Amino acid sequence: MVGDNGAGKSTLLRVVAGLMQPSQGSVTLLGAGTAREVAHRIGYMGHAPLLYDELDGMENLRYFAGLYGLQDDGIGRDAMRTVGLDPDLERRVGQYSQGMRQRLSLARAVLHNPELMLLDEPFSNVDVHSARDMAAVLGRVRDRGKTIFVVTHQSALMEQVADEFVHMAEGKIVSRERVRQVQMSAGSGAGGER
Amino acid sequence: MSAVGVTKSTLLKDLRMEWRSKDAINSMLFFSLLVVVIFSFAFNPTAEQSRLIAGGLIWVAFLFAAVVALNQTWARELRNQVLDAYRVSPAPPNALFLAKVLGNFLFVVVLEALMAPLFVVFYQLRSVGPVWQLVVIALLGTWALVVNGTFFAALSIRTRSREIMLPLILFPISIPALLAMVDATTSILTGESSPDFWIKLLLVYDVIFTAVCLLLFESVLNAE
Repeated sequence: MVGDNGAGKSTLLRVVAGLMQPSQGSVTLLGAGTAREVAHRIGYMGHAPLLYDELDGMENLRYFAGLYGLQDDGIGRDAMRTVGLDPDLERRVGQYSQGMRQRLSLARAVLHNPELMLLDEPFSNVDVHSARDMAAVLGRVRDRGKTIFVVTHQSALMEQVADEFVHMAEGKIVSRERVRQVQMSAGSGAGGER
Repeated sequence: MSAVGVTKSTLLKDLRMEWRSKDAINSMLFFSLLVVVIFSFAFNPTAEQSRLIAGGLIWVAFLFAAVVALNQTWARELRNQVLDAYRVSPAPPNALFLAKVLGNFLFVVVLEALMAPLFVVFYQLRSVGPVWQLVVIALLGTWALVVNGTFFAALSIRTRSREIMLPLILFPISIPALLAMVDATTSILTGESSPDFWIKLLLVYDVIFTAVCLLLFESVLNAE
């Protein structure tokens, strides 16, 4: 989802995530009328990191995993490895670099293996190398059959990953550009022709 | 995870964060300490006068000190917008509220336990009535302060002047509880009357306000 500042991209994402009520209309998500009914099937990564600065990476993930009923430490460790972070790093999140925070924030969003991921500016304030790594992670998650909505200004990073670009302006979708044939079967490659 | 499990993990997380930062407990402790010392030197009361005023002094000091902790409660959740991560999760909203109330209750009870000996020394207090009733009043009164305080702190987190807003809303609604706490404490310290009525009033106040806060918290959490 791309568009200028103030186009309504983040607002749309927050409405879909159930964090805001739509001023008109309704949202149906994974067959449910409210995001809360399918909260365990959705992963949300906000513009802010949504992490506690006073806790280390694993402590953060352990707490958020608990909110989804997940008790196994291995899930948090796997999520950290998926985004290229060391699960044994005992540094508090407040001392992380911006890139590490974004990666950990992504790990928090994928922790419970959601079917639908809503990511708001996941590459903001991240260096080019880290941003490319994160885009590759998203590509691998997409290849496992997950649906990912990404709001970003850096659409070039998503060119190799995205199936479709949705352009927004003044709170409305102004165009949709399908760039890849979507393959729904889990485990299939990126597939399709640009 | 069950509501009890989420409450427990949120409480432990908050205790761990407070243990590391000591933001709330240090602020409360120094504030209470200042009240005890300054009032003691300002009025220099006799033991008899102390018994009459100590109830009010103790609870007003704890009420003001508790506000410091209550403001910290949700500030942590607003930093990095962590509250959104909770809101998009399937965890029950009331589990978050209960964890916050229990955390604040523990902080204020620890503060009271640390400050009580100082009040006794500085104001030459001794109990004429049964001391165990003072413990009951402290527990019921503290719950009354923190349950409302936690709720109204949540209500005011999205306002610009939340540090001012919280006492403005909290103090008027806490007056019945404060009155019961002060009168019950004075009754025990002077031995002039029975504190039973005030203890029952505190109990009813706690039950009603805990129920109302639990009923309304989800709306407050999701208000934008």
